[in-house]
Amino acid sequence: MSRHRGRGMASINYPIGMNLGGDPSQALVHSNPSGKFTVALSSIDLGQGMKQVTRQICAETLGIPIEDVFVDTADSDTGPHCMGSFASRGTHRAGNAVLAAAREARGVLLEAAAEELEVDPGDLETDGRGTIRVRGAPGKSITVKEAAQAGQFKQGRTIAGRGIFLVPLSPVDPETGEMSPATCYAHAAMVAEVEVDDETGVVTVVRLDSAYELGRALNPRMVEQQLVGGAWMGVSHALYETPEPYYPDPKAGGRDFVEYLMPGPGDIAPHDIAVLERPAPDGPYGGKGPGEMCANPVIPAVANAIFDAVGVRMDTLPITPEKVLRALKAQGGARPQHRAGR
Amino acid sequence: MKTPVQFRLNDQPVAVFVDGGDNLLTALRDGVGDVTPKFGCGQGACGACTVIVEGEPRLACITLAEACEGARVETLAGLRRGPDLHPLQSAFMEHFAAQCGFCTPGMIMAAKALLDRNPRPSREEVVEAIAGNICRCTGYEPIIEAILAAAASARRY
Ligand code: FES
Ligand code: FES
Repeated sequence: MSRHRGRGMASINYPIGMNLGGDPSQALVHSNPSGKFTVALSSIDLGQGMKQVTRQICAETLGIPIEDVFVDTADSDTGPHCMGSFASRGTHRAGNAVLAAAREARGVLLEAAAEELEVDPGDLETDGRGTIRVRGAPGKSITVKEAAQAGQFKQGRTIAGRGIFLVPLSPVDPETGEMSPATCYAHAAMVAEVEVDDETGVVTVVRLDSAYELGRALNPRMVEQQLVGGAWMGVSHALYETPEPYYPDPKAGGRDFVEYLMPGPGDIAPHDIAVLERPAPDGPYGGKGPGEMCANPVIPAVANAIFDAVGVRMDTLPITPEKVLRALKAQGGARPQHRAGR
Repeated sequence: MKTPVQFRLNDQPVAVFVDGGDNLLTALRDGVGDVTPKFGCGQGACGACTVIVEGEPRLACITLAEACEGARVETLAGLRRGPDLHPLQSAFMEHFAAQCGFCTPGMIMAAKALLDRNPRPSREEVVEAIAGNICRCTGYEPIIEAILAAAASARRY
């Protein structure tokens, strides 16, 4: 009876968004009476950072400080259309819609500013801090607030923009079965190290090492936050969580937090993460987004590590002690796979 | 039959009428209107409703309201002083220790109860203090780091 260490890896090619009849998101951007801007969006922020990232995209595009942008994701009844926050599509789809809306609003803003400054809109630039300047004429400028209020009170102009990002339906080719479900892909590789107790069947994740390629990290700290939390969720899917442990018989399922098992703060493993940024050509400022990919590679990496440790191939989730023990019994005991002296 | 219960909530006297058997979470959220303690499970299994009663962390959903007569009760609503965030609140922000935020009030109150009696906890003591609090989003590591950082900075508060 002993504990066996094993190491497993997994890598993934992850589609951003989905394609069930096309994948559109819309956004509207408009200036408020205060000269600040609101983004109306129906894509909901579940804590993954949708509001922050779309706020950054809007501020960057308009050339105003981030504090001057509000993101309103309040209501899918009254907001513009969005497919929703799922399929790892938020940064890419909603972000692109916000980018388009902010670009249109920026165009109107510069027209309003140009009228006040009596110059051509094409000669204007923004400084990122809320001032619009005439290129090459340092003294000639107007604040975004002044331009927005001139549009409102003098020019009768709505400083606003509409944006939609649509990935059209890609039909399945009847001959080849080919289709193109996504326009860009993120990537990840994960190595999991586990310890398997061949007496109890308990699997402990000892450490995780990963590399994620997710386009430009529009907010690096929030990307890291997603990757750390998502990997925990991956471990949880791999080893703990299930609504129906004896599927297809749901009777013994966990009904509440007492019975539905999740790892706690004492069960987490050190996780070293490398983020690689390869901006997506069709992403907003190159962003693809981490999304569900945070949790996905953990599961096969853990299953492979268990195989490495004791030689059993686990192919149903979660990999509970009971399943490990049954598999070990069927195999006639633990059979570590790795070569001696590693 | 409604019974009056009086206690001190974040240093202010409060009085609410409760039904016999009402728990402290209902009294706080529906009676007083302090919605910082969250209703996660209502059965003592998630920690989202954690408050501090007489210096001890308590799960408000399984604490009888009437048992708090005359007690000192602390919730997240009492942590910030004017514009100044409590060191735990600042540390949670700096360490990105909240995503959806649903567990955050309970986590912070569990952590405050720990730091109040043990200002320099070890990592193991922090883990133990929040072991009854479930977080779906963060993977716990940022929360543990935030609590340790708050402990290191707390002397300035
Ligand atoms: S609501 Fe009290 S422990 Fe879950
Ligand atoms: S931040 Fe979402 S549950 Fe902890």
